[in-house]
Amino acid sequence: MPDKGHKYGEGGESMIQKLEAKKMVITGDHAAAYAALLADVEVVAAYPITPQTLIVEDFATFVDDGITDAEFIMVESEHSAMSAVIGSEAAGARSFTATSSQGLALMHEMLPIASGLHLPIVMPVVNRTVAAPIGIWCEYNDMMPQRDTGWMQMYSEDNQEVLDMVIMGYKIAENHDVLLPIMMGLDAFILSHTVEPVEAPSSDEVADFLPPYKPIAVLDPDNPMAIGTFTPPEYIQELRYQTHRCMKNARKVIYDVTKEFASKFGRNYHGLIEEYETDDAEVILITMGTVTGTARDVVDAYRKQGKKVGLIKLRFFRPFPAEELRKALQNAEVIGVFDRAVSYGVGGPAWIDVKSALYGFDKPVLNFLAGIGGRDIVRGDVEKMFDIMLDAKNGKAKKEIVWINTRGVEE
Amino acid sequence: MNLNDLPEDEYFTSGHTACPGCVAPIIVRNMMKILGKNTVVYTPANCLLVFGGTYPYIAWKVPYFHEAFENTGSSISGAARAFKKKRKDVTVVGIAGDGGTYDIGIQALSGAAERNEDVIYVCYDNEAYMNTGIQRSGSTPYGASTTTTPPGKKIPGKLEHKKDMAEIMRAHEVPYVATMSVSHIADFLRKVEKAKKIKGFRYLHVFSPCPTGWRFDPSKSIEIARKAVDSGMWTLYEAEYGEIMDIYKPKKKIPVEEYIKGQGRFRHFTPEMIEELQKWVDKKWERLYGEKP
Repeated sequence: MPDKGHKYGEGGESMIQKLEAKKMVITGDHAAAYAALLADVEVVAAYPITPQTLIVEDFATFVDDGITDAEFIMVESEHSAMSAVIGSEAAGARSFTATSSQGLALMHEMLPIASGLHLPIVMPVVNRTVAAPIGIWCEYNDMMPQRDTGWMQMYSEDNQEVLDMVIMGYKIAENHDVLLPIMMGLDAFILSHTVEPVEAPSSDEVADFLPPYKPIAVLDPDNPMAIGTFTPPEYIQELRYQTHRCMKNARKVIYDVTKEFASKFGRNYHGLIEEYETDDAEVILITMGTVTGTARDVVDAYRKQGKKVGLIKLRFFRPFPAEELRKALQNAEVIGVFDRAVSYGVGGPAWIDVKSALYGFDKPVLNFLAGIGGRDIVRGDVEKMFDIMLDAKNGKAKKEIVWINTRGVEE
Repeated sequence: MNLNDLPEDEYFTSGHTACPGCVAPIIVRNMMKILGKNTVVYTPANCLLVFGGTYPYIAWKVPYFHEAFENTGSSISGAARAFKKKRKDVTVVGIAGDGGTYDIGIQALSGAAERNEDVIYVCYDNEAYMNTGIQRSGSTPYGASTTTTPPGKKIPGKLEHKKDMAEIMRAHEVPYVATMSVSHIADFLRKVEKAKKIKGFRYLHVFSPCPTGWRFDPSKSIEIARKAVDSGMWTLYEAEYGEIMDIYKPKKKIPVEEYIKGQGRFRHFTPEMIEELQKWVDKKWERLYGEKP
């Protein structure tokens, strides 16, 4: 990567106290806040919303305890949170925010502005139900509708992945071949408020992995430029193409960054998808987020019974790993896609994209809608998904779209 | 500062596409001469975005950015905090219209004022949504004709009076609030100069007659701005931390009838409507000057 960025302003270091590598037992929200601290963010703007609140509270504690001298703007809404981090990022500062559900919906207008201006903002989103009816528990109907805003989006399986992804997120987003913002989902309460052991690298190790942000276009009185102009049709189509290309470029960068991260920190996330027991699998379930852990257990148990089942964890939803899925699924006989969101009248958003990626494959692609509105997904639910897929392998598929554990709906 | 002492430097240049007689570029050009090179400007959606910030014909000679409509207060907060963090001495200015200030932008503006962000917020007030084609705003005066308050057979124009935005901002007890008019240019320049020197949140509210939207002869913009002040429709004052430190009182108060004359937006006014507007002005006068007109 040639060093073509803009060196701007003094320093860039916010962290006042060095942090040692340590093992902590922390919530997903704390992991997100701590990772932002390790990433040495310069400006944070955020508004509290359940279940994201612990992230802003933790970061406020870091600021008030003098661990960082990052600027923390306690704005009056999520719309202003995103507006402020767009402003700070445009002024050349590594910026951070976090939200959930209704807050993300309120931000929606600003999301394509962040990506359109190529500002590599990093934003954990605690995935929560969107109203109506109002609920605070896990669902992906908040993040899925942001699919086409030009943000990269990925979903985490555990708190370790949350911490690692915030650090990797900056490295991916700030790459000059990408320069797109990224949101990383973490399941409401299941991760956000549940403690797990997490290994945190030292601030020196992170600084070595993640150099200071070097913007290309920046608000600088010594080199004035206009950012976000009123733009006629002669120019916008090319800009849309550029963003499209950046999203495509991101795929390779994600592989490179996860590989480098693995070599430095010993945890390998394998890029956009993670395969589990897929080599000889006849049926493969595609999962996202925390249900992946349960599904791994079920795969292990079924394998012991001689059933050839496998699992793919869909980490990134944008960029969408279409080629990876085609390759990983070429020998499967039945494919199932788990969705924690619904595109009304069609099916789950992940299923829609998987089907599109597998165009021309002559094999059933089933959709399992489960855990919606925060309903628990228990082991039996995942077993049911595999059982339905195994039935389908024997030509006994009843339905393409299956609502798991839904009152009044036949499975 | 006198007009004669104004620097020759231009940071908002000619060649922009504002309508003839538009006051907004007069405000911006003169303001920028004082604010100078180390300034970053934000505009939300407004006429100024279009006539000064259309790619590739940008009128700005300082860094300039735009995000959306309702977020001037938060966008400039973000930029200003980044400069603070980087220890760069940059004046961050947001220039919004009345729609972007009184209506859709009031939440972000109030938030930034309450946090006492180190920024200058400018409202150029042309009393309606001019950029979208003259629709009413919270700033539109009573009775005025706009495309969404057309004087009809049943309803004779806008039914409500103008909201007092500067007073709302004064209630935030920020370091500086000033109301201004380019018809009183020495006062205008002095207030910009003063605002530049103050740290913290500064709110400058400038009256901005609009020949296209108000339907008057474009050569009369300054004259109409002066009549607004002389009639009491627009009052020039400055406040520090919520307290009015200086207020301009016209030597001779003219009736509102004289102000509205020649403005097409008031052409349908009946004597009763004139009386209603006059009553509003007199009440405002009494509140601000502490005496009956």
